[in-house]
Amino acid sequence: MSGRVPVSMSVDGRTVDALVEPRTSLGDFLRNDLGLTGTHLGCEMGVCGACLVLLDGQAIHSCLMYAVQANGRAVETVEGLTERRAIADIQKAFHERNALQCGFCTPGMLVTAYELLSHGGAPSRAEIRDALSGNYCRCTGYEAIVDAVDQTAKERQKQAGCPQDGRAAAPGGTKDNAA
Amino acid sequence: MTGALSSLDRPNTYIGRSVSRPNAKRLLAGRGRYVTDLQLPRMLHAAFVRSPYAHANIRSIDASQAAAMTGVHLIATGVDLAKLCKPWVGTLDHFAGMKSSPQLPLAVGKVVWAGQPVVAVVAETRALAEDAAELVAVEFEEIDPVTDVDAARAPGATLINPELGGNVAFHTRIESGKVDEAFRGAAAVVEETLLFGRHTAVTLEPRAIIADYDPSEERLTVHHGTQTPYQFQDIYSRHYGLREARVRVVAPDIGGSFGMKLHVYHEDMAVVGLSMLLGRPVKFVADRLEAFVSDIHARDHRVTARIAVAADGTIRGMEADDVTAIGPYSTYPRTSVVEGNQVVRLIGAPYRFRDYRADLNVVFQNKVQTSQYRAVGHPIACAVTETLVDRAARKLGIDPFEIRRRNIITQDMYPYTSPTGYTFERLSHEACLDKLHALMDYPRLRLEQEALRKQGIHRGIGIAMFVEITNPSPAFYGVGGARISAQDGAIVKITPSGEVHCLISVGEHGQGTETIVGQIVADGLGVDHGAVRVFTGDTDVTPHGGANWACRGAGIGGETALQASRTLKRNILSVAAAILQARPDDLDLRNGEIVDAATGSARLSLGEIARIAYFRSDTLPGGVSPQLTASHHYTPKGFPFAFTNGVQACHVEVDVETGFIKILKVWVVEDCGRIINPMLVEEQVRGGVVQGLGAAFFEECLYSENGQLQNGSLADYLVPMACEMPDIEIAHVETPTQDTELGAKGCGEAGTAAASAAAINAVNDAISPLGASISQIPMTPQRLLRALGHA
Amino acid sequence: MKARAFEYAKATSLQDAFDAFARASGDCCYLAGGQSLIPSLSLRLQAPSLLIDISGIGDMRGVGIVDGMLRIGALTRHAEMLTSPEIARHAPLLRLAAPHVAHPAIRNKGTIGGTIALADPAAEFPAVVLALDAELEIAGPGGRRRTKADGFFKGLYETGLEPGEILTAILVRPFDKRDRCAFDELARRRGDYAIVGAGVQGRFHAEQVEALRIAFLSVGPAPVRARNAESAVRGRTLSPAVIADAQATLHLDLDPAEDAQTSRATRLHLARVLLGRLLGKLAREARNEGGRA
Repeated sequence: MSGRVPVSMSVDGRTVDALVEPRTSLGDFLRNDLGLTGTHLGCEMGVCGACLVLLDGQAIHSCLMYAVQANGRAVETVEGLTERRAIADIQKAFHERNALQCGFCTPGMLVTAYELLSHGGAPSRAEIRDALSGNYCRCTGYEAIVDAVDQTAKERQKQAGCPQDGRAAAPGGTKDNAA
Repeated sequence: MTGALSSLDRPNTYIGRSVSRPNAKRLLAGRGRYVTDLQLPRMLHAAFVRSPYAHANIRSIDASQAAAMTGVHLIATGVDLAKLCKPWVGTLDHFAGMKSSPQLPLAVGKVVWAGQPVVAVVAETRALAEDAAELVAVEFEEIDPVTDVDAARAPGATLINPELGGNVAFHTRIESGKVDEAFRGAAAVVEETLLFGRHTAVTLEPRAIIADYDPSEERLTVHHGTQTPYQFQDIYSRHYGLREARVRVVAPDIGGSFGMKLHVYHEDMAVVGLSMLLGRPVKFVADRLEAFVSDIHARDHRVTARIAVAADGTIRGMEADDVTAIGPYSTYPRTSVVEGNQVVRLIGAPYRFRDYRADLNVVFQNKVQTSQYRAVGHPIACAVTETLVDRAARKLGIDPFEIRRRNIITQDMYPYTSPTGYTFERLSHEACLDKLHALMDYPRLRLEQEALRKQGIHRGIGIAMFVEITNPSPAFYGVGGARISAQDGAIVKITPSGEVHCLISVGEHGQGTETIVGQIVADGLGVDHGAVRVFTGDTDVTPHGGANWACRGAGIGGETALQASRTLKRNILSVAAAILQARPDDLDLRNGEIVDAATGSARLSLGEIARIAYFRSDTLPGGVSPQLTASHHYTPKGFPFAFTNGVQACHVEVDVETGFIKILKVWVVEDCGRIINPMLVEEQVRGGVVQGLGAAFFEECLYSENGQLQNGSLADYLVPMACEMPDIEIAHVETPTQDTELGAKGCGEAGTAAASAAAINAVNDAISPLGASISQIPMTPQRLLRALGHA
Repeated sequence: MKARAFEYAKATSLQDAFDAFARASGDCCYLAGGQSLIPSLSLRLQAPSLLIDISGIGDMRGVGIVDGMLRIGALTRHAEMLTSPEIARHAPLLRLAAPHVAHPAIRNKGTIGGTIALADPAAEFPAVVLALDAELEIAGPGGRRRTKADGFFKGLYETGLEPGEILTAILVRPFDKRDRCAFDELARRRGDYAIVGAGVQGRFHAEQVEALRIAFLSVGPAPVRARNAESAVRGRTLSPAVIADAQATLHLDLDPAEDAQTSRATRLHLARVLLGRLLGKLAREARNEGGRA
């Protein structure tokens, strides 16, 4: 049988050298080998979004990638994003709006929100829902999550001194027509 | 958030406030600790060889190749575990005549559903255990599967459990009043057969368990993603012959449960036995495919029902026949009969007619077991009632709001006992209906609907009233012989610097139990909310109680916490009185300070009392023995249940060419009694509604004729996702129960109870002008097109 | 749901990949984005003994005009279909289809080459390359070749790729100002595999169709052109009657299967509705812009 192979990658800003079985998914590697259990596995086939992490700054499913493929790449998890305070405002909005219940989907939601909001601007509610379309949440019914992301986007615009994006007030952006 | 109550201006008044959940910050930082995350020293992993057949005899099992693999520690068969584990039977005494066969962790001799675990493999990693499981050779001999409720009951049908003499687990009939007379004299009768698909909970964290048996102390610790740790302490102890005091069940963070995580599962029972055989921790996390073929399913009902109405729309009577398929056994310890029982008992619940008859047949099938999942029976009873009421209204040309106004139980009628024997202390149907009418601006929606119809846009408006069972007394399970507690316990104690710990038997799964208990304790004592820490879910630490099911956390757990904190406050004030040489009645505790009750002037801090009590009790007057820990247990003793009520509306747009439906909006007016935290109540309602919309539009476990689940993956079983779900507007009516001081009732299932009924009514409202109707959920494009005559 | 053990090799060039393939003793798979392959391995539906990671091969990257054709490297990720200005300008049909491909995180990793080489009948891009009349650039141990998308999709997950060959690029004739295109699909939820989907692209002379290609997904074992419908509209203006003629031919070209959720008849019905809407959209655009021209 195939043995373990060496990998070296950046995880949350630190270099990690390890020996992994090629069949070990990045998600299993982060959770079991590195103890980064903030990344959750909900389906192991790329449809629930609980396992999202950033790979070189882009959201990907850690269940749809082998750890060995991350050799030489930079991985960032919810723990890393939290520590460097990159999502502090999103987390605050989620907390205040109760945009989570059991919390199992939350790290994936935060990674999606981080990526969406990193594009700048104020996405409409429909655009937020579209961005979240691959993140399953069984508890909230999504509205609170959309509210929290919406709120953060608006806060960021305010901080940046931008006028409110016109789309936010367009029909697609009003709460009544969000779906 | 909704407005504050009038008493909110006094300090530490938290009841009625939208306090954010302190424990949510941990989850937001990726610091949750779910069972799936736990790794224990020397921990091994289990995987299961499962039956590929729905019904078969096991001819032989050959595990020699697998056993020889490096890294494999144990391979166990049904016979191996049967030597340790006493079988369980999923019946309850109060369901007269119900039958079910004994169950064991792994199949012995025969398999009865596709996916049933047959052989357990324990290895050093899950991947290795799966490798070894592939090498286990099991020879099966197929038997005709029983997969149809009618064929199952036909003469000569194959019997799933031959020793029971039939495939019917339970039959009951309810009859009240003069039903035949009511129908004979009716101006109109509407009859309908409604089909409710099987669906399942799909918690994002699948079932997870680590059993850790220490043979040196004969001590079992189970880390278990469950809603009911106390129930499992009892079950593991009794079925494995362990001393109860040496069985500890810990329920840490749980990634969703919704009623699915309180049943006995074969794998979970097996894992306990495997750990006992190995003397090491054994972990099992159901992967998503295993979850679909082993988590309980729910619903799967076919209800034929009739309603008789007078010309003015007055309901004269109803009749219903429910046939439900439950799997090869009834689940343990709550049975698979409760859902059907609640269907036939809740039909017609909002309305005041007296003549009612219902039959219930609960039928075994070679499919995964069904049992209690969020809103047990309510969505079916509600959909049956509300579609019939809508159809009657349509037939008589009465507006859906109006026909309901003419039939609801009114304020002058409480307490009111339904024809099925449920007693409603006080509900608020009129207020809820009026509030909904205004909230959704019903007249405007009707005008818009008419205008759009002329442009070929088909929108529909549906409403559905509901009554929900919460705060169950021992009448629910205890009387049937189940060791499931209807009481809860709380221990509240003061730490040496004057902060507060509350240990309580109701648990936290994200609904916010710890938050509301903290609010109640802070409010009850008179301390800052931030000074209270709440602990849940550990049978070694928290008092015994029912934990989480049937919406009992706030109503029963909350009252328990309130009474415990009241007791502790009296104790604190008596110590304070001794120190201050005052009368306890003249003192109060506010904001963590002992104050003069009359003037509010501060006398002494709670921290100072704790310091004296714990470190300088020598300075207290003789005879004063400070009791800074208080415990309290509470069970509902008045009404057997606290019923809640409300009404929902759903607004949809149907694409009549494609059968696709866009859900535009949902409105909910609900009455869960005293609201402790409006934000958390509303989020419970929203989440519940979306689960109901999932059932209405997407979710269904599809089986082939030979009992194979055809869509058992998260790619194929369609759960509701963000793009398809609407925003949901919520309003409240508050009718506190007088049974408790707190007055709270449950709110976790109300959303699910009526969402699918409102959705069916909305879709039918949209398509009825085209002469079409639908009476099956989920309402898929295929079914819609069939209803519209396109396919 | 853990994959069986396998060995892993990272190829740095096409030659490197072919060498690894030649050396492999058992089953061997190329791994690009992995968004379909990895779930299949986790489900143990496939169990290769060697995975050859081709995601680092520079030759297979990049989007740009080469010899008058838009060359889209096979490793171009779905997300780039939404952001690349070259795609927007020269192959707008790909851009229209891209939002329907799964979800953002899948689009960040999945590649266009991977989805075409896999040839899932429910995937969007295989049908789109048919509608675009694209050419596929294929490299193998014996050298490079080009083939038309027509004829490439042979059956369920069956393509014209020979063992060991790698799809390296997709070549598309740049979109002309006389061209029009549209894509849509009917999926139960955003990002789901569609019950039925279609891409259309054609050249117009004012309101008249010179030639139009129509390709469907999810209506048979492979993506398929609706050739009879194409004939029905050729040389004509897309009037309601002409569109109805095209719709009426679909049963001749589409062979949808029955599944647990949707009957064959329903899929055909939905294909007709979808085609009607897509052609209606092109007709409106032609009318509006034709008026201005």
